[in-house]
Order: sequence, then C-alpha cells, then structure tokens
Amino acid sequence: MIEAVGLTKRYGDKTAVYNLSFQVRPGAVTGFLGPNGSGKSTTMRMILGLDNPTAGQVTIGGYPYRRLPNAPRQVGALLDAKAVHGGRSARNHLLSLAQLSGIPARRVDEVLGVVGLHDVARRRSKGFSLGMGQRLGIAAALLGDPQVLLFDEPVNGLDPEGILWVRNLMKSLAAQGRTVFVSSHLMSEMAVTADHLIVIGRGQLLADMSVTAFISANSADFARVRTPDTEPQQREKLSAAITEAGGHVLPEQDGALRVTGLPLPRISDIAHDSDVRLWELSPHQASLEEAYMRMTQGAVDYRSTIDQKEGLQQPLPPGTQPPLPVPGQGQPGWYAPPPAPPGGQPFAVPQGAPVQPPAGPYGAQGAPGAAPGAPAPNPYAQPAPPAPQGPAPAAAPAAPPAADLTKPEDAR
Amino acid sequence: MAAAQVVRSEWTKIRSVASTVWTLSLAVVVTIALGMLISALSKNEFETMSARDRLAFDPTFISFAGMSLGQLAMIVFGVLVVSNEYSTGMIRASLAAVPRRGTFLSGKLTVATALALVVSMATGFAAFFLGQAMLGEHKASIGDAGVLRAVIGGGLYMTLIALFSMGVAAMLRSPMLSLGILMPFFFLISNILGNVDATKKVGRFLPDQAGSKIMQVVPPLEDETPYGPWGGLGIMALWVVAALIGGYVLLQRRDAQ
Repeated sequence: MIEAVGLTKRYGDKTAVYNLSFQVRPGAVTGFLGPNGSGKSTTMRMILGLDNPTAGQVTIGGYPYRRLPNAPRQVGALLDAKAVHGGRSARNHLLSLAQLSGIPARRVDEVLGVVGLHDVARRRSKGFSLGMGQRLGIAAALLGDPQVLLFDEPVNGLDPEGILWVRNLMKSLAAQGRTVFVSSHLMSEMAVTADHLIVIGRGQLLADMSVTAFISANSADFARVRTPDTEPQQREKLSAAITEAGGHVLPEQDGALRVTGLPLPRISDIAHDSDVRLWELSPHQASLEEAYMRMTQGAVDYRSTIDQKEGLQQPLPPGTQPPLPVPGQGQPGWYAPPPAPPGGQPFAVPQGAPVQPPAGPYGAQGAPGAAPGAPAPNPYAQPAPPAPQGPAPAAAPAAPPAADLTKPEDAR
Repeated sequence: MAAAQVVRSEWTKIRSVASTVWTLSLAVVVTIALGMLISALSKNEFETMSARDRLAFDPTFISFAGMSLGQLAMIVFGVLVVSNEYSTGMIRASLAAVPRRGTFLSGKLTVATALALVVSMATGFAAFFLGQAMLGEHKASIGDAGVLRAVIGGGLYMTLIALFSMGVAAMLRSPMLSLGILMPFFFLISNILGNVDATKKVGRFLPDQAGSKIMQVVPPLEDETPYGPWGGLGIMALWVVAALIGGYVLLQRRDAQ
C-alpha cells in the first residue's frame, strides 16, 4: 500500500508536483497516467525516498521509504532502464544490486531467466537494445521478490511481444496480491493493463478511479443520426420523438444529431414511425485515448504550435477549395465530442461550450465554422458542407457542390 | 549487516568495470617507471652536482618522483568510482536499495580505499626498490633511519589522494567537473603555489604539498616547513576528512539525481 498525502515538490520556482494525495492498493495494477512532464517520475522518485518532498509525505506500508525496514526486499522499482553502467555485464549489474539488498546470487540467475536475458547475461549492457535494457530494469525490480513494485514507463521501447509480456507480468504480480504501480503516458496501454487509474496533469490529480468507472464515464456509446439537410423540420420532429422515447439528443455542429440512451434499431423504428427519412444512422464509441486526452488537454506542457512556414506556401489558384482540415491535436473537433452526461460526469467539456478557434498545426486553415464533426470515421456519411461555410450550419446551402462529394475519401 | 552487504556489492561493482583495472594499473606503471627513469638520470647527474646539492641528495624521495604523475591516475580512479553512479544514473537504484545513504557512501569508500591502499603500498615498495636499484652506489637501504616511514608514507599518500578525489566527486557528482578541477589543481596549481615565493607559505598547506613531506628522508637545505613528515600527512588527512564530510552532507541533503 502506497499512500501519498499532500505531496508537493518544487524545483526552484517550478512546481513539479502539487498537493497530490492518492492511495495505491495491493492486489491490483494501478496505472499512473499523465502527459510528459506532468510529474510522474518525480512522484515515483519521492515514493522511493530519492527526492525529498517540499511538502506532504508519501509512505509505503505506513513508513517513509528511507525508514522502511528492509526496504529493498519490500519495494522493487524500475525507474530508468538506461541507469546502468554500460561496461558492466547484465549479471554483474544485477549481482551488485542483489548483494546491496542481501539477496542471494542464485536469485540473479532466476530473474535473468524470468525476463529472458539468460543468453546475454555476461555481455556488457552497453550493447543492449532499448528493449533489452527495459528487461534488465524489470529484472532489477523483481530481484527482491517485493510486495510493492513501481515501474516507470516499462513498455518504452519494447516490441509488441515485449509489451504483451510486461502486461501479463504486471497482471500476474497483482494477482499474487502485490501492489503494482505503473506509470505511462499511453491511455490505451493502461486500459488493458491497469485495474485502477490515477491521472495527473501539471503535477495535480485529475482523476483517481477504477478503469471500469473511467470507461463507463468516458466512453459511452452513441449513435449519429442525420436527417436530410434539405428539410430542417424533419430534424426537429425526430428530436422530439427521440426525447419522448427516453433518448438524449445533442445537435452536432454539422447538423447531425447525437443520440444516446437508445439502441440503433429503436432509433430507426422511431424515425420510421415519425415518418422521417434518415441519411445516416451510425454507431460510435468515444475511445479511452480520446477521453484521456480531453481530460489532460489543459495540462499538456509541450504543445506544438502553428508552423510558421505555412505562409511560404504558394497561394491556392483561384477557384480551388482550400484543403479540408486534417484531424489533429489542438483542433477541438478531433476528440470525439463528449457523450451525453448520464449524470455526474466529471470530465466532459460543458455542453454548448464555445468552439475555440483551431490551434493545431493544420487547423488554422479551416474556417472557424468548419464542422468539427466532419472528419468522422464513417466514410458513408454525408460529407460535411464545404469548409468556408456560413455561421449557421443548419441553414447551410441546400445541396453541397458535387465536386465536394468526392472530397472526403481523399481527405482521409 | 547492511554495511557488509554494501561492501560486498561495491566489490562486485568495482571489479566488474574496466576502468578500475585501467586506472590502477596506470597508476602503478607510471609511478614505478617514471621513478626508475628519474632515479637512473639522477645517478648519472650525481657526479656533476654541487656539494650543496649532494648534501640534500635524497635517494628515497627521488625514487618516488613518478608519483607526481601517477597520482593523476589515482585521482581518475577515485573520481570514477564515485561519479560513475551519477553519470549512469545507477545511484537511484543504489539508494533505493540502501536508503541509509551514509551506509552506502561509507561502504563504497571502504571498498575503493582498501583497494587503493593495497595497490598504493605495493606501488610504494616497488617504486622504492626498483628506484634504488637504478641509483647504484647512491642508493638508500630500507633499514636506514626514516626510509621505511617514507616508503609506507608513499603508499598512504597515494591512498589519501584517491580518497580525497572520492570525497570531491561525491560533492560534485559529475566526473568531468571533478576531473576538470582535480587534475589541473594537483598537476599545476598546487605546484605553482608551492614554488612561487609569494604563495609558498599558503601553498605548503595544500593536500599534496603537505602530504608529500612524508616521503622525504633528507630534508631540503634551508627547510622552513613548519611541520614534520607525520604532521604533513595529518594536514593532508584533514583535507580528506573535509572533502568526505562535504560529500556525505550533500549526499544526505540532496535529491538523488
């Protein structure tokens, strides 16, 4: 059990971690998520007593690490796989760590076998690949057969087979009743590895919840329904009917409707009953990665800016369409808009939030009114109205220009 | 118990890197070879020396002439033993395994110092006997007054140089910074300060100037040094203690980066 209370770390005037309180329980894999520079590694080092907190404290089993009796047999950690003397063989590296903790040398050969480095045990670690280095670091963490394990980005540089191996290793360690605390900046990886999530951004706690809770809160299914653009009254009619039937309707920027709370066949039936034609009825799911990025969006330290070279491009010949905005970070519509709140959903962007001007590298080219829902993953959907578009999407020109119909396939 | 574990681990660390062998063997070879060379040259020059110089002729000290260069290899050894932990990042794993940092540092210094002492003593005696063999009829005998003290003192001097470097490296952490300060200091600055009249009085209290007094058997003419051989080694030991305390205090206080 790892417990942090009001943990704060400042380096000069930069606050790396601020007032972080969380618990990591045994018997589960706890994912520690955050963008680069959000304070994950600093927190890990403070847990291990390597950095002294500016304020607050973190304990393992009730003790600060530096006062923990027999610490290396209780806690194992992979902090930095490159933290190895390159001239020392893998076996000697582990042997020196084992001797430091009073662990018998036979255990060194055991863990070398566990991580699959038996054949290169006597080779200098200088020549190791990134993946081999990670395995060596994991071996060092396993040396003391500890009850508490910390891994800082363990899958960095591993091939798919190695990632799968680490994933299963974490799970089996947790299944043995150990406390496993794994940091990562990949939500998708944590979604399949972790049982519990602690998300931080800019050194502050953003979420502390189980993965299932995170999934149900952030990846609700929804259906996108599109009625003929030519008949706006049909849209109103369908909205009313769906709401009456117990569904939630959210209008989207491009005139489509986002429906939650009703299965697709039911929506189709309602449309049929209300005599409304449908141009689109498609199932969608917001991915965890999107939910995570939405959550940490305001807490990213390093963000790309508009490429200034853009101005050097040749002006488009008159008459041609400006390229459609490419989905990318910083463009609000890239993240699937949040699902309808089933009540108390902490991280959704408030409904009706003003659309921010696109800030992404390519986003600037799109007109401010460019429909964020346009790059939807459904190739059969009615293409979005052309980018330079009037402020009121519902009153968009009746039929999109024919040339535009071929555009979406190219754009994707 | 914990101390024994640290010592065992540090022994594994120190014997499993190539730099240990290289720096120590370089220290041995340079000290002995240069001592022999200068001894041989001195023997040939003795005939042309003035009477004054002949009076101050110190065959023991001459056979240790190689130490001015050999000590630099010893400095590299001392610096690398400590700063390797920092430059590789291994320090984090080490301190996670031994949360009591004092135990960790003392264990590391014990192993490295013991190794340095063995090598230095062997070097001291080898340099003396081989140097005397070169000196021919002008040689000193190990049984002469003060000679055994000078030879053992030579070994202690080299050991203390290594230990001083370890303390400095524990304070500075970076190998480049530590070597960049220690090498020019011992090779140039200390010698300059010790030989320029204006700074002589201060210069002779620097660690190497004070410490090398123990290797002299025949004091130079008009010797005004205010301390004896053991006093000089004591002054050097004080420098070493200061460096070690500095390294220990900083290791305790600082984040392990």
